[in-house]
Amino acid sequence: MDELQSRKEAALQAVAAADNIDAVESLRVEALGKQGWVSQLLKTLGQMSPEERQEQAPVIQAARTEIADAIAGRKEALESAVLEAQLVSDTLDLTLPAPEAPQGTVHPVSQVMDELAEIFADMGFAVATGPEVEDDWHNFTALNMPESHPARAMHDTFYFPDADDEGRRMLLRTHTSPVQIRSMMGQGAPIRIIAPGRVYRSDSDATHTPMFHQIEGLVIDRDIHLGHLKWTLETFLKAFFEREDIVLRLRPSYFPFTEPSVEVDVGFAIEKGRRVLGGDGDAPGHAWMELLGSGVVNRRVIESAGLDPDEWQGFAFGVGVDRLAMLKYAMDDLRAFFDGDVRWLRHYGFSPFDQPTLSAGVGARA
Amino acid sequence: MRFSLAWLKDHLETEAPVADIATRLNAIGIEVEGIEDPAERLAGFRVAQVLTADKHPDADKLKVLTVDMGEGDPLRVVCGAPNARAGMKGVLGLPGAVVPANGMELRKSAIRGVTSNGMMCSVRELELGDEHDGIIELAEDAPIGENFADYNGASPIFDVAITPNRPDCMGVYGIARDLAAAGLGTLKPVAVPGIAEKGPCPVEIRTDDPEGCPAFHGRVISGVVNGASPEWMQQRLMSAGQRPISALVDITNYVMLAYGRPAHAYDMVKLSGPVVARRARTGEQVLALNEKTYTLDDSMTVIADDNGVHDIAGIMGGEHSGCSGSTTDVLLEIAYFDPERIGVTGRRLGLASDARTRFERGVDPAFLDDGLAILTALIVEICGGEPTEAIRAGAPPGEAKILSFDPGLTARLGGVVVDPAEQAGILESLGFAVDAGSVPWTVTAPLRRHDIEGPADLVEEVVRIHGLDAVESVPLARADGVARPTATPEQQLERKLRRAAAARGLNEAVTWAFLPMADAEHFADGEPLWVLDNPISEDMKAMRPSLLPALLAAAKSNLDRGASGLRLFELGRRYFRAADGSSDERSTLGVVLAGERRPRAWASGKAQGFDAFDAKAEALALLAEAGAPVGKLMVMGEAGPQFHPGQSGTLRLGPKNVLARFGMLHPTTLKAFDVDGPVAAVELFLDALPVRKGGGNFARTTYDPPSLQPVIRDFAFLVPSDLPAGDLLRAVRGADKRHLVDARVFDLFEGQGVPEGRKSLAIEVTLQPGERSFTDEEIKAISDKVVSAAARQGAELRG
Repeated sequence: MDELQSRKEAALQAVAAADNIDAVESLRVEALGKQGWVSQLLKTLGQMSPEERQEQAPVIQAARTEIADAIAGRKEALESAVLEAQLVSDTLDLTLPAPEAPQGTVHPVSQVMDELAEIFADMGFAVATGPEVEDDWHNFTALNMPESHPARAMHDTFYFPDADDEGRRMLLRTHTSPVQIRSMMGQGAPIRIIAPGRVYRSDSDATHTPMFHQIEGLVIDRDIHLGHLKWTLETFLKAFFEREDIVLRLRPSYFPFTEPSVEVDVGFAIEKGRRVLGGDGDAPGHAWMELLGSGVVNRRVIESAGLDPDEWQGFAFGVGVDRLAMLKYAMDDLRAFFDGDVRWLRHYGFSPFDQPTLSAGVGARA
Repeated sequence: MRFSLAWLKDHLETEAPVADIATRLNAIGIEVEGIEDPAERLAGFRVAQVLTADKHPDADKLKVLTVDMGEGDPLRVVCGAPNARAGMKGVLGLPGAVVPANGMELRKSAIRGVTSNGMMCSVRELELGDEHDGIIELAEDAPIGENFADYNGASPIFDVAITPNRPDCMGVYGIARDLAAAGLGTLKPVAVPGIAEKGPCPVEIRTDDPEGCPAFHGRVISGVVNGASPEWMQQRLMSAGQRPISALVDITNYVMLAYGRPAHAYDMVKLSGPVVARRARTGEQVLALNEKTYTLDDSMTVIADDNGVHDIAGIMGGEHSGCSGSTTDVLLEIAYFDPERIGVTGRRLGLASDARTRFERGVDPAFLDDGLAILTALIVEICGGEPTEAIRAGAPPGEAKILSFDPGLTARLGGVVVDPAEQAGILESLGFAVDAGSVPWTVTAPLRRHDIEGPADLVEEVVRIHGLDAVESVPLARADGVARPTATPEQQLERKLRRAAAARGLNEAVTWAFLPMADAEHFADGEPLWVLDNPISEDMKAMRPSLLPALLAAAKSNLDRGASGLRLFELGRRYFRAADGSSDERSTLGVVLAGERRPRAWASGKAQGFDAFDAKAEALALLAEAGAPVGKLMVMGEAGPQFHPGQSGTLRLGPKNVLARFGMLHPTTLKAFDVDGPVAAVELFLDALPVRKGGGNFARTTYDPPSLQPVIRDFAFLVPSDLPAGDLLRAVRGADKRHLVDARVFDLFEGQGVPEGRKSLAIEVTLQPGERSFTDEEIKAISDKVVSAAARQGAELRG
């Protein structure tokens, strides 16, 4: 038995000392191969008496297992050493650039419109749309601007030579307000909508482009008044700019389609050369900027849209989307919005995954 | 409108500081656009007298002046103004003074070899108005050497915007009335002077156009001397940005600016026969005071005599009969013109004036007699002369608007509770007559308030004077539960597609909806375009029939700036015409791929351009996002003449319904847009997408993965060169509906080993066994079906 033990020890030592896979293999053949000494020992079990076998078999089997495990272990260690050695010589310069994927962007106007839709959805406003090539009845007459109204001339309207079948002159809508008329006519009252979209004025200078974007708001119900308008605008602006310190100043003004009419200023301060909304415009270091026009919907407009102005009343407002985008995301030049310069689109554009949500805050931080 | 504090105080008793006045003006709806303190801005500008004026030795249009500025020797000043002459008084800017209009600091400098020690200034240079025809002429008694700011009154100037519904505030007096109502002081009543009339008016005046000119009043003043107007008046006019001209002209301007009441003075010498308000005869011409000749038509009201037209009524007087320095007898006209007709005439002539602005919005019909008296008294005081009796043709509208008003409406519309007594007080202070005996009240509006139509207007008056800041925020009622979804299916589609396109690496652009005519026509395909009557430029004339031209133009300017690879998209409308003449606007997504698809790189070598398959990939991927059944789409031709005829196609759902077009653009398109090609493009017609009925369900179809592995079999076919691979694929896919679940082309080869006129297409077919594995016989049977289906397309299996 001592012989078995010492042969086993010798074999294990030899396995541990083997420095290549071939050497391990010949050690395996020597011990465990058909003619190997362990295999031979196992064969002797057959000739033993049952008692002898009962004593010897576990010992021989254990030695066999021990040697086999040692050989497998050694083999694996040597193989992985070989693999490692191979891999070490098989390197890549990973400072080289990976293949590039183009980065797409969402235009700021689209992003801001999505933000507005999200905010107003929470306040119960649906999103309505209407045609941009409008007729003068929807764009003017129904909004209490009859043909001779001086305000018509102030709208710098783009006209087409065409009239529709009802003889209405076709034009590019000068505001999103005709959607008020279309919505009231189409769905009646009560109504709570916003209507974002492109509008057109024949005006072009540093701060005006002949096409720009507006968002219209309209609430018609039985008991809506200026207080609701003020709340709506405050709530929307606080949510949009994600600031609680937005302060509004309401000023009487004039729009043919509202009465009373209210122009809304918002307080701002100059920080690092930029206008940052927030704070009371009368506070030191602050001032007011005109942001939007609004008012209680004129009876005549409600009448034009086929509703009874003694039953229904409400408010409307309109604000420039591009302007909101510029103020929120610190963009300077309105003209750059529309010239498709890919450097600008990449700089100011948004990741497609910046989908505005209320839970994450509608704005996308830089 | 501009006016000085001093002028306001002519009409308003107040000690309020400028800042408080400005705050209150804003609060009551008279928007303050600016406040200027002339003393600061006009430092270094002095009253000076021109002693001599000689022609510049080296320049025809320049003069060399010697100017006395009250101290030291007279200065030499070079001046280009046509009205610069010896004896006149004007405003001299000294070296070191900063010209308000352009921020330029004056310096002693040589102009064409003559040293100039300062500058004689125009109204515009000092930002007192737009006038730039000559240098300012001051009154003869202007004290030489005085700071011009002091001379000019040095009173802070308010620049305010008057909304078009308030012509009654287009005079300083009206603004004072509003401020007084708002508690900022006491309105001084208009002092209407008595006139010592001498004899009847020698000129017959009448109105033959009572519709356009319901009232034409006037009188003659004879024996006037038309010199310079007095200093106080000049100061006021200059604070309003008007250049003093002569006493008679200045007085009419002053009455207009102080009371919102335009009037006109004719030189009697130039008149002949009765002076009549009548319709112009079509083709009749008049040389107006702006030195332009206008051709009139019979819709326009004019003031004329036997010799012709002297005045485009309510808009601008004629050059011929205007007052000059030699005028001795004047006919004053104070009239009421129909606002609507003034507007039509003004627009038709393209002629704007201060008078038109006021008449068009409506002057005070109750201020003709008082206005004439004030005008007359000023002329007599300043120019002397004897006034005749007034003569009145016609009468202004006199029917006051009477409203029934429930003071409770103020809270219901305005959202603020104002005590009825305060409401009545506010209305009365604005000139309304209030009978508050019972509710509803009876409120009579003053005639000047053309804007008052109904009770809502009275609410506005009350709320604006009471203060809009008193309106408290009131939350809108909120529906129970979480906010409901509000986006329509179209909006959801657009939002999803926009972000899908951006996620695919495309940059969203927003381009002009109008195009140059040629660009629009290139993409019109025979559809009638919407073409603007009055485009802002020829480059913005026709509404786009496609999103591609503007994207292509953007691509060009980007490439010209050195951009290498461009992937631009836009989601917007194309503009067509509906049968009834209204607009048919179709939601569309356009993509332009230009330049390099992949820049040169260490791993991939040379740069690669875009090809038609890039366009196809975008089209299919975006259509898939849009929920279109992309598996059912047919690739067909006819992408349009703008596309490369051999490398473009359409994706259709059914033979007629085109969902998208894609491919390479035609070289002539690239040439027309001056782009160095090639450029790939896609247009997705979102209006053509099938509408999902009922908006779809949340529940997905049941998940049922096959239990057995699919079997892949490859087939290589020789087919005619012109056989579209898609036809072969469709045939193969149709060969076995039960087990054949996919077929895709994995190799295309033409050339050696393939006969002329043929190509080799290798197709990988996926067979999905059902409950049990395929037997060899089953696979063979399917293979035979595939081969025979392919054979019907002219394909033969390669050996």
